[in-house]
Amino acid sequence: MSTTEHSEFIDSDTGKLGMWLFLFTELFLFGGLFIVYAVMRSKYAADFHQAALELNVFVGATNTVVLLVSSMTVAMSLTAIQQKRAGKAMGLLFITLLLAGVFMVNKYFEWGHKFGLHLYPGSDVMKSLPHGEIMFFGLYFMMTGLHALHVIIGGVLLTIVIFKIKSGKINAEHYLLQENGALYWHLVDLIWIFLFPLLYLVT
Amino acid sequence: MKNNENHVSSDSLNWTVLVILLILTTITILAIKIHLGAYTVALALILASIKVSIVLTYFMHLKFENMLLRLMVGGVFLLFAVVIAITFIDYYFR
Repeated sequence: MSTTEHSEFIDSDTGKLGMWLFLFTELFLFGGLFIVYAVMRSKYAADFHQAALELNVFVGATNTVVLLVSSMTVAMSLTAIQQKRAGKAMGLLFITLLLAGVFMVNKYFEWGHKFGLHLYPGSDVMKSLPHGEIMFFGLYFMMTGLHALHVIIGGVLLTIVIFKIKSGKINAEHYLLQENGALYWHLVDLIWIFLFPLLYLVT
Repeated sequence: MKNNENHVSSDSLNWTVLVILLILTTITILAIKIHLGAYTVALALILASIKVSIVLTYFMHLKFENMLLRLMVGGVFLLFAVVIAITFIDYYFR
């Protein structure tokens, strides 16, 4: 095909532009929740302080480090594919998936602990709490839950990328899907960078 | 041409960025423990914003992207800041 060179060049650029447009909608999805958090926090400062003490800073900090490292391995994997090192690229993506798994296991124990204390939306314990604390835990489950869903989707996306590298569909010349998958994974990291201090640290 | 004209970040750059991000995370955790009162949230948000801009610039390759994309990202974050500001103005002066 004589037009291949030209059209693929455009595809790559616009494909990335499209991904960024999608990331903007994600920003406003979480942004809306951050605004609710900000308003509720200023309205129920004391309740938010009390409820936030319930969260484990160590678990939150561990997950922050896990996501930051995974963000680097994704970025490195892109470098590897650009340098025609497919094996290294797949290995780094596999490490990223492992880190995503560590993140989810931490999250499982963290949520499990709260469910053990009957702290979940709609429980009798939760209903007996002051209004501000109910708001805090509601936002905590909503925001970390939505974020965890993004971790899972990102993990699936990166798994697809690994298989496409393996089959040679993603290579040193064509790696748009990997680029966009990496962008999505970095977004997951970006959101957590704000979630961690706001939910776990600022009590 | 294909993807080839894209910038290739070196592994050492990626490692450097990670170390800086981890240092900033440590600073965030330690800074919050000194109880700065009302300034705690502001400090946490400033440090988070610095971390986010580092991820956007280096991991997400914005530093090496074309001007259109950089302006778009900047514009959207500006729009987001305006939305937050207007929400708070509405909330406080209602």
